[in-house]
Amino acid sequence: MNRKTVNIIIDGVRVRVPEGTTIMRAAKKAGVEIPHLCYLEGVNEISACKVCVVEIAGKSKLVTACNSPAEDGMVIYTNSPKARRVRRTNVQLLLSQHDCNCPTCAKSGSCKLQSLSNDLGILDVPYEKDIARAPWDKNFPLIRDSAKCVKCMRCVQVCDKMQNVHVWDTCNTGARTTVDVADNKSIAESDCVLCGQCIAYCPTGALSERNDLDKIYEALDNPGVVTVVQVAPAVRAAWGEALGLPREKSSEGHMVAALKKIGFDYVFDTSFSADLTIMEEAAELVQRLSGKEEHRWPMFTSCCPGWVDFVAARYPRYLTSLSTAKSPQQMFGAVAKSYFAAKTGISAEKICSIAVMPCVSKKREATKLMMDSAGAGRDVDIVITTREFIRLIRSMYIYPERLEPKPFDSPLGESAGAGVIFGVTGGVAEAALRTAYAIIEGKNPEKGSFAEVRGQEGRKEAQFKIGGKVLKVCSVNGLSNARKLLDDIEAGVNTYDFVEVMACPGGCVGGGGQPFSDDRDKSKMRGDKLYALDEKREKHCSHENPEIIKLYEEFFGSPLGEKAQRLLHVKY
Amino acid sequence: MSRMQIVTPNAAQLTVERLYKDMERRIVASPPGLCPVDLQLSFLRLCHSQTCGKCVPCRVGLGQLQRLIESVLEGNARMSVIDLIRNTAEDIMNSADCAIGYEAARMVLNGLKGFEEEYIHHIKYGKCSVHITQSVPCVALCPAGVDIPGYVALVKDGRYADAVRLIRKDNPFPTACAFVCEKPCEARCRRNLLDSSVNIRGLKRMAVDNARADKVPVPRKAESTGKKVAVIGGGPGGLSAAYYLELMGHHAVVLEEKSKLGGMLRYGIPNYRFPRERLQEDIDAILSTGVEVKLNTKVGNGEGEIPFGKLREEYDAVYISIGAQTDKKIGIEGEDAQGVISAVEMLRRIGDDDMPDIKGKTVVIVGGGNVAMDCTRSALRMGAKKVCVAYRRRREDMTALPEEIEGAIAEGAELYDLRAPKKIEADEKGRVSALWAQPQIIGQIDDWGRAMVYAADLPPVRIPCDVVIVAVGQGIQTRHFEEEGIAVKRGTIAAMEDSEVRDMQGVFAGGDCVTGPATVIRAIAAGKVAAANIDEYLGYHHVIPCEVEIPPVNFDDKEPCGRIQMRETEASERKRNFLPYEQCMTKEEACREASRCLRCDKFGYVKLKGGKPAIW
Repeated sequence: MNRKTVNIIIDGVRVRVPEGTTIMRAAKKAGVEIPHLCYLEGVNEISACKVCVVEIAGKSKLVTACNSPAEDGMVIYTNSPKARRVRRTNVQLLLSQHDCNCPTCAKSGSCKLQSLSNDLGILDVPYEKDIARAPWDKNFPLIRDSAKCVKCMRCVQVCDKMQNVHVWDTCNTGARTTVDVADNKSIAESDCVLCGQCIAYCPTGALSERNDLDKIYEALDNPGVVTVVQVAPAVRAAWGEALGLPREKSSEGHMVAALKKIGFDYVFDTSFSADLTIMEEAAELVQRLSGKEEHRWPMFTSCCPGWVDFVAARYPRYLTSLSTAKSPQQMFGAVAKSYFAAKTGISAEKICSIAVMPCVSKKREATKLMMDSAGAGRDVDIVITTREFIRLIRSMYIYPERLEPKPFDSPLGESAGAGVIFGVTGGVAEAALRTAYAIIEGKNPEKGSFAEVRGQEGRKEAQFKIGGKVLKVCSVNGLSNARKLLDDIEAGVNTYDFVEVMACPGGCVGGGGQPFSDDRDKSKMRGDKLYALDEKREKHCSHENPEIIKLYEEFFGSPLGEKAQRLLHVKY
Repeated sequence: MSRMQIVTPNAAQLTVERLYKDMERRIVASPPGLCPVDLQLSFLRLCHSQTCGKCVPCRVGLGQLQRLIESVLEGNARMSVIDLIRNTAEDIMNSADCAIGYEAARMVLNGLKGFEEEYIHHIKYGKCSVHITQSVPCVALCPAGVDIPGYVALVKDGRYADAVRLIRKDNPFPTACAFVCEKPCEARCRRNLLDSSVNIRGLKRMAVDNARADKVPVPRKAESTGKKVAVIGGGPGGLSAAYYLELMGHHAVVLEEKSKLGGMLRYGIPNYRFPRERLQEDIDAILSTGVEVKLNTKVGNGEGEIPFGKLREEYDAVYISIGAQTDKKIGIEGEDAQGVISAVEMLRRIGDDDMPDIKGKTVVIVGGGNVAMDCTRSALRMGAKKVCVAYRRRREDMTALPEEIEGAIAEGAELYDLRAPKKIEADEKGRVSALWAQPQIIGQIDDWGRAMVYAADLPPVRIPCDVVIVAVGQGIQTRHFEEEGIAVKRGTIAAMEDSEVRDMQGVFAGGDCVTGPATVIRAIAAGKVAAANIDEYLGYHHVIPCEVEIPPVNFDDKEPCGRIQMRETEASERKRNFLPYEQCMTKEEACREASRCLRCDKFGYVKLKGGKPAIW
């Protein structure tokens, strides 16, 4: 069907758009930028902030561009005196209820309210300050500062629509309407899986991860402590964004150099332990396939703690379907405090195991049961997000672009392409299939064999023939898609053998700990970077990683062996 | 200097007068689901601004009460604050000079009495327990949750058939409701903030008059499930349930004890309010889904009757929607005299075109509800010489719709208010000769705001008459069901909120027989709820979709504009016959009226939470 189009004039520019197009999108097409705050395309189009108001010729009341469709013949002024004044007033009103302590705010520099106010040239607010302060559990990995909340409702919508977890809700009525944890629960009691998507889309500093940099400084400053840091694959795809680094200056080598400059004693790669995860998970898959009726199918990946928490809270009967393999972060920690300690002769007790992650949920994962398997305290002591990592770099006035690239340290620094694509949706499934194929077929798969599970769609399905049998594989990203998947499996609509789930849209590259961006396509760009690294890697399969081969020879023996079970697996 | 002056209000005073009116309308349009404590505080502020400032309790006390309530709302109060608020309010009430002070304090006390848990919740959790889930006022207040802004917009665009389709998604009786709905939807219409509520019922009438319900095809049915559901009672509730069950693919069989379908719509509402042929349009549309009907079929243990137990065996589920069909008696001496008839009987006979002969007679109606007015106006149309209404309380206490009372008076009925029936006097042949009534005096207002009446210190009065029509409420025929093990509470069938009957697998009940006599739209809503829950009970989850696309909003400025009423045939003309007297709007009027709608379905909170679901 041919959709009708409408002709409009925005700030003197004539455009033709399909009927039903919002003024905001039409303006974009005309090259006109309309300032906005609460608007998040496709997710939050509720015109709450009234910043995107525009004037329409012949109408006295202003109209919000974000959710009003353009009508044929409309003449729109986005910057008329009336629109400008109203927009300014509304931002001033927001500022009157916002704790503007920008110098001490983690969001400063990437705060939408700050840049909006600056852009509009607001230098004073004629209204009295009226700041709401509600208590919050500061030990929880997710922090809400009510004094900075502008009630844009993005967090509610992101959690409802993108993730379908419903942690946040509006509460109270009238002037006291605000956002809080739903159903009168505290955040710790809620089903929050710490995906951090609400933080990622919060326009101000109202939502943030718990700041753990003080612990990092303490470890770095203590001469009796050996700091061992691991960096997740997705971090390298995004860390340069917030530092304004050009692509060639935000390489893995520059990242390693920056970490060394910060002062970490050993800089390792989570992609290495991702290869290790694959060794265990692929072996587990092959083993489960050989005794098919003993298991509840499909087998799910377990490297995303947000997903694991989601299953535990909402679908506990599927816990036994999760792979028992620990996540790369936790495998790394266990190996660092056992194999690495023994190999180098450093006492495991002296090691401070630090992880740089694109994720908020990893902070909680490190504190869970069975995550102290090496017997020297927590396997992972401190987890910081990509954003905290960037703050750490900035706090030390390190300019990565001026540093000479450096390689990861050995023996936990080498990775195959498989370990790198762990950070993008479909990557874990693809990596596991590469190795499972090799186990069953006795030879490596051809390049690009399993690329069908790649891509930004919420669910991707594919069938592969391995060892004469057809394997039904699926990769899912975003928790609302995960919920739909489980419901479909439960209803018998779909059956799969192996399913990868990542809680965040786009996978870890779109993680809740990554640099802020309202651009929902960003995770695709970041994912492509990881696939490019895979291309460039010498080895593509985890089992080809020389350091992994050595690790099994020297320490674990074989995948799923006794030692591996103790250090690298959990029981659900 | 002159000794006296004529006072004329200045601009400020006139403006304040207008603001008072604005505020009155704003209170009327107050949306459902607000925090009561927050409202209490706002009211208290208004009260405080009215104080003259002379007396301490009012001047200072009301201010301190505000601070205390504020601290509760801010979440930094201790539990003991509640006692402090109560004591302070009591002290203000006991010592303020004038009503401005003590009545303000009384409002606070009433609030504490009515929603103390809300105070406690705020203190304990620092927030409100109230949760807004639905705030399109008209939709929220319609028991069936009809998409009112949607069909109003469709009527504006002249898409009448689509309007009927959209209404039907939640209510298969668009025509009945266009004529007789009590229109709870209009009560808190946000348009009141500008001028007055939208004439919603009038616009629905426009839709059904221009797209007759029986000419607008019903939606496609779901695939047959092979399940059979018995519906006892062919009134609006039973037929609604049957309609939705059929759409969901279940086969509905309606058992009706009378010879025609429609229940109270046929046997309770006279033709001049709702013409029979128009009722038939709704019924025909409902039957077009394949509903099976067994007329003259009674459920019971008598001869030719079907026992309830048998129905349970033969059907996968049973819905009891027998309504409230029996009459109630006043309980006074002489009620068995010849010439005393119940409202139910009178209206039933009119429904069956078996008009009681009251031509040239003097008729007294006892009661003050809508049924009493129906009897009054019917009696006038049947040629009674004089028709009077005897009511225990005052006219403003009557539960009948004000327009019904006005209509009756305009048509010539006499209203004897504050007259409590005492006995009925009969002549030597046992025929009614008069109603004796005890004059009443109005007294204190009870907790619900209703003025109580007491016998005045006056002798009873004699109202000479030939016929007494008793319209003091209806009862429910619960006996057979009670014998079959269904719980009966205060004369009504005890069903749960989801219309299930406890401990009776597959038995559902709803409508008047559960709630007591109520409105058409509530019976329809009950039928809808029952259909959905029967569907779930049978192991399905069918949805009732509606593919009608609702017109987008426009950006026209909303200026205050008067409400358009439907015209009525003049009183002297209409009282001669049973023809419908209310006239549909013209197209011009309907367009104007529909454009008054503020489209709360698109503006406001619903943008955030999505408002009413398009399917159920």
